[in-house]
Amino acid sequence: MAFDILITSLINGSTYAMLAIGFSLIFGVARIVNIAHTAFYMVAAYCIYFTTYRLGFNPISAMLAAIVFVAFLGWIVYLIFIRPIREHEQAVLIGTIALAIALQELMLIAFTGDYRTVPALIKGFAQIGHAKVFYQQILTFGSVFVVLGLMRLFLMKTKLGLAIRATAQDRETANLMGMDESRVAMMAVIISVGLAGVTGAIIVPLTTIEPFMWNHPLIMMMAVVVLGGMGSIKGSFYASFILGFAEALVVFLVPAGAFLKGAVALSIMIIVLLIRPAGLFGVQFEEER
Amino acid sequence: MKMIRRIMVILLMCAVALIVGGSAWAGDTIKIGIIGPMQFVQGKGHWNGATLAAEEINAKGGINVGGKKMKVELIQSDSNEFLNVTDATNAMELLMTKEKVDFVLGGFRTEAVLAMQDIAMEHKKIFIGCGAAHPELCTRVAENYNTYKYFFRGTPFNSKLLVKTSFLHLKFVGDILKSQLDIPALKVAIVAEKAMWADPMVTATEGFLPKIGMEVAGIWRPSAVATDLTAELKAIQSSGAQMIYTIFSSSVGIPFARQCGELKIPAVQVGINVEAQKDGFYEATQGMGNYVFTMNTYCRGVEYNDLTAPFVESYVKRFGETPPYTADTYAALVYGLAPAIEQAGTLDADKLVKVMEVGEHKVPSGVVKYMVDEQGRQLHDLTWGPGYLTSLGVQWQNGKPVGVWPNKWKATPESQEVTYKGIADYKIPPWVIEAYKKK
Repeated sequence: MAFDILITSLINGSTYAMLAIGFSLIFGVARIVNIAHTAFYMVAAYCIYFTTYRLGFNPISAMLAAIVFVAFLGWIVYLIFIRPIREHEQAVLIGTIALAIALQELMLIAFTGDYRTVPALIKGFAQIGHAKVFYQQILTFGSVFVVLGLMRLFLMKTKLGLAIRATAQDRETANLMGMDESRVAMMAVIISVGLAGVTGAIIVPLTTIEPFMWNHPLIMMMAVVVLGGMGSIKGSFYASFILGFAEALVVFLVPAGAFLKGAVALSIMIIVLLIRPAGLFGVQFEEER
Repeated sequence: MKMIRRIMVILLMCAVALIVGGSAWAGDTIKIGIIGPMQFVQGKGHWNGATLAAEEINAKGGINVGGKKMKVELIQSDSNEFLNVTDATNAMELLMTKEKVDFVLGGFRTEAVLAMQDIAMEHKKIFIGCGAAHPELCTRVAENYNTYKYFFRGTPFNSKLLVKTSFLHLKFVGDILKSQLDIPALKVAIVAEKAMWADPMVTATEGFLPKIGMEVAGIWRPSAVATDLTAELKAIQSSGAQMIYTIFSSSVGIPFARQCGELKIPAVQVGINVEAQKDGFYEATQGMGNYVFTMNTYCRGVEYNDLTAPFVESYVKRFGETPPYTADTYAALVYGLAPAIEQAGTLDADKLVKVMEVGEHKVPSGVVKYMVDEQGRQLHDLTWGPGYLTSLGVQWQNGKPVGVWPNKWKATPESQEVTYKGIADYKIPPWVIEAYKKK
């Protein structure tokens, strides 16, 4: 059973990490709490369903199309919707909730409330010890490390990455140094939403597509981000696996309380926050210094 | 100037006449509100069934109401009850006050239907429930007849009887496993979504299994919207269960069946899986839903009586899918309400109630007869059992739903065997045979 718990923890954790990393990036750089992050993930899932079944795309093309479409959508949304109210954090928070619900309703109108699925990129499962693990789950697990690696390369080795890190550390100073803070924020939003698209593309074969599929991941993603420390990508990574482990423990040790796995994970988040209000790896912002 | 004023007055009078006259014209039709979650398969079933019924009735010139033929006019109302019960009550209120319907059919979630029921009763309108199974909807009729007598259950039979039927399915499949795989004592994993309706079913199942010589391997209660059930499935496999008794009405039924099939968990699935009742289940599970067994009302090729095939086939022809049970708005309208109106010769609800609650009538899923409780009080609830309504046990075989129960079923040792036309044999998944035959 211990091995089953370990495997399940890693798989659960990698799913949450994929979502939380993008959310952390946008918050760390632009201080935007994008509640619609998982709604973009939902849009990506529908996009893959639509391009696969209605337009006849192969799975890889469908995934790429979804990522590009969602990143483009994020850009448009930023320009029209977020940028004008960006300086008002509460307005952005409430605005992105409204945006998420609007996207949900749009999907409901376009695709109805029927549950849909898409095929796995790699079908079948591997037997690891006594545990059976889907190849798609292994792919998700591997993807987290690839995405993290690429993100690190991007942030450390490119000019835009440097600008993003500088802006994340101190917006005003970055601005004074000649960086176009607004443009950097916009790029962060596009990358972040693009990451939501990537997550949708990788996870969608493991899940059920429906207009409300963004709700549960949102709660778990928020828990991961808060536990890891708002804006900290590293913190999100560790927190994802901590909560994934907590969930796996509940399912295996208290099967009749499997529905409580989310609540247990959230309780852990609250306990950590009581001890460390900034989370495990909370980012220090300029006004807090 | 005077002329203009006169013209204005005449136009105004015409407008008033049109408005007043509108209701007089509306008097030539019977307005029936169809209420349900229209963005979801259940609501679509309500609407499609009623549409088929209205077309059929109107093609024959309408319903004869005391010598006057009146056509049926359907009013669609989206209750949005999956998301918001308040939306459902508002929708019902609008049907009563704005649309001024004569009757209402539909409803799905018990929580919403209870609230909708109160509104319809307040307006003394006949409301035929075609979705919710909770007994409370009908015990209200018995306990407060004068208020709730306008409510009738159209489909399905109440949840206590659904449980009873589901246990028959469990025993049916268990007996096959015992005989074909030579397993003396079966272990059953109970997997029920975390929802109010499932709680009493879990308790009842725990008590029932030992009575038929089966052991409870464990109880799993995933969220109704869980998308990853691999942890639960691994735990079920570790528990040594040969059967999984499912109690699912929500989306969890899809990933559970899909992942169970993909991982080749050596246990058969029996029980209620509402998603497996839909034609799209095989596609939704990416072909992994084969061998899943669920209770269902209709299955192509299976006939309860001579009304089944014409209804199912015309529904499939018109809407491209097998009717879900909520499409029994068709039966409620064609075989329940319309004949009652013709017999009573009026749309008066009080007179119609007296006609509707007595006697019995054939419908595509069996025979409808309204029950009375132990004290002889009218329940307006559906009678279950051979000769009335039983539903079907349906198994997915080769990508298609196949009726497998009742197959030589005897309700009591003295009863006659029941096998509906078109019933086929239950099949054990090959990986389950492989897992237990060699032992």
